[in-house]
Amino acid sequence: MIRSTIEIFATRDDHHVSRMAALAIGLSFVDAAIPLPVPGIKPGFANIVVLIVLARYGLRTAIWVSLLRVLAGSLLFGAFLSPGFFLSLCGALCSLAALFLASALPERFFGAVSRSIIAAFAHISGQLMLAYFWLIPHVGLFSLAPFFAAAALLFGTVNGLVAAHFLECEKVEAVPQVPIQ
Amino acid sequence: MIRLIRIGDWLVILLAMVFVGFLFAETGHAGGARQVLIRKGGEIFAEVSLFKDRKIDVPGPLGVSLVVISGGAARVAKDPGPRQYCVRQGWLRNEGDAAICLPNQVSVELLGGNKRYDSLNY
Repeated sequence: MIRSTIEIFATRDDHHVSRMAALAIGLSFVDAAIPLPVPGIKPGFANIVVLIVLARYGLRTAIWVSLLRVLAGSLLFGAFLSPGFFLSLCGALCSLAALFLASALPERFFGAVSRSIIAAFAHISGQLMLAYFWLIPHVGLFSLAPFFAAAALLFGTVNGLVAAHFLECEKVEAVPQVPIQ
Repeated sequence: MIRLIRIGDWLVILLAMVFVGFLFAETGHAGGARQVLIRKGGEIFAEVSLFKDRKIDVPGPLGVSLVVISGGAARVAKDPGPRQYCVRQGWLRNEGDAAICLPNQVSVELLGGNKRYDSLNY
């Protein structure tokens, strides 16, 4: 094999981010495979990964993982630059903004469940707003809002519990943290 | 399981529940519809208030469609069209709701405060 003349140096951090993003993309396929009665409602399991990354490595890494997930996931689904892609991107950006604001909450009282629910609500608000202002400027769209909100509460709680569970396991086993450059 | 949820988390869950309940209560009756716009063959036939009960006969190519406005809602009560889609649409209550009797070229639409789009294509 001819050696490539272009060499991209990936740091350990890069590898870590891409591993986590790959996990998240795998989970978004699980999402897509689960049939749900109302279009537009998804469990959003990929956010479990984002929540864990956020708790362990901070917001910067979580932003990388989340946006890579949206981008690479849309390429795999063949949805890149489609309305669905922009809805997904808008939701992810709103979630990340909300997570940034939520980082002000004291860690002692607010765990992954809080963050998950807050992010889920930010996600649907962002998506509904984009859908309203860009795709379907009809007030009827907002009659879906309660159902989206209920789903955000349910799946936000479930995803938050899963993330909290993994974070808790880690603490108990005291896995030595891999230093990230 | 309980260990995973901290005090603040319960608070967030509670607030979220209240918010969801509020949304369900709010979107039930929120409509903002005030006017009834009746079109005949693409032209505006009448634009009347939704809050004044009345019956309006709209003559079309097939016959007369009867539009009934009652108690803050409007419907097509009678239509000569063969499939009766607009009649089966039932009562229109919210802004943007519409019933269209295509064969008789009659449409009924509820309008709110601001002008909405006729159609969307994307």
